[in-house]
Amino acid sequence: MQDQTDQLLRRILSDVLGLKPSQVDGFDGSTGLFGHLPELDSMAVAGLLTEMEDRLDILIEDDDIDGEMLETFGSLLAFAEAKRAQS
Amino acid sequence: MCDAGADKRLLIVPALFDEANRMRRLSVEVMRRLERAGIDSFLVDMPGTNESLQRLETQGCEDWRDAIGAAARHFGTAHVLGIRGGCLFTPTDLTRWHYAPAKGPAILRQMIRARILASREAGTEETSDGLMKIGQAEGIELVGYGLGADFIEAFQSLKPAADAAIHQIGQDTIGGSGLWLRAEPGESREQADALAAVLAIGLQA
Repeated sequence: MQDQTDQLLRRILSDVLGLKPSQVDGFDGSTGLFGHLPELDSMAVAGLLTEMEDRLDILIEDDDIDGEMLETFGSLLAFAEAKRAQS
Repeated sequence: MCDAGADKRLLIVPALFDEANRMRRLSVEVMRRLERAGIDSFLVDMPGTNESLQRLETQGCEDWRDAIGAAARHFGTAHVLGIRGGCLFTPTDLTRWHYAPAKGPAILRQMIRARILASREAGTEETSDGLMKIGQAEGIELVGYGLGADFIEAFQSLKPAADAAIHQIGQDTIGGSGLWLRAEPGESREQADALAAVLAIGLQA
């Protein structure tokens, strides 16, 4: 399931950022997201989280959302994997 | 609008709030293609948004529905396309196409979440439940849109109609990923071609 979460998350980011899959395939754990990409404002992040809920079949609570979780691809992936393991 | 006095006339109810910006380019590109197919189209502003002279804070969902109905009569359109949240306001007496319909509560939830994120960045803690209660009691500003209490109350339970008579257009028909997901408004020639083709064929039938 971990590989699947990784792939699903990359696909979501490619849809949200308007990037080609090949570009998103190049993301690694330290690739910066919120605070690093100008197009990722709060509304875009809200959209990203909603897509993650739909496609990863998880529920994200208010308390889950913090800057650290959104800062890099690695931290967002770790969050998504932990949430999927819970559900 | 593209009004050449054609017989085939389509009203377009846009995606709502922030999504309207991201879907604007696609909407206009579809209108250009329809014009070349001999179909007039009219993209309205929801009351209280864009060029509307109304104040958004005073709008209710019924006001929006009435305004769309009035626009359909004014432009003489027998057909309507709803895009995303716009599908919540397509008049039932017109032939309807719904592209990727969105639910009211889902749209609200996302706007509330965006506000929580922005507030948190500014060092203020807010919660979804708390903001929703404020919204229902006195209205609320969400990502730059001031919404009245009546609007919030009605909008939070609005779901797109599921009548068999509605022509549903899913993203799988259009291809690619939905442009409303884009952080930065984008465009897609292929998606505009596909959506225009669905509508042009439908209106000629």
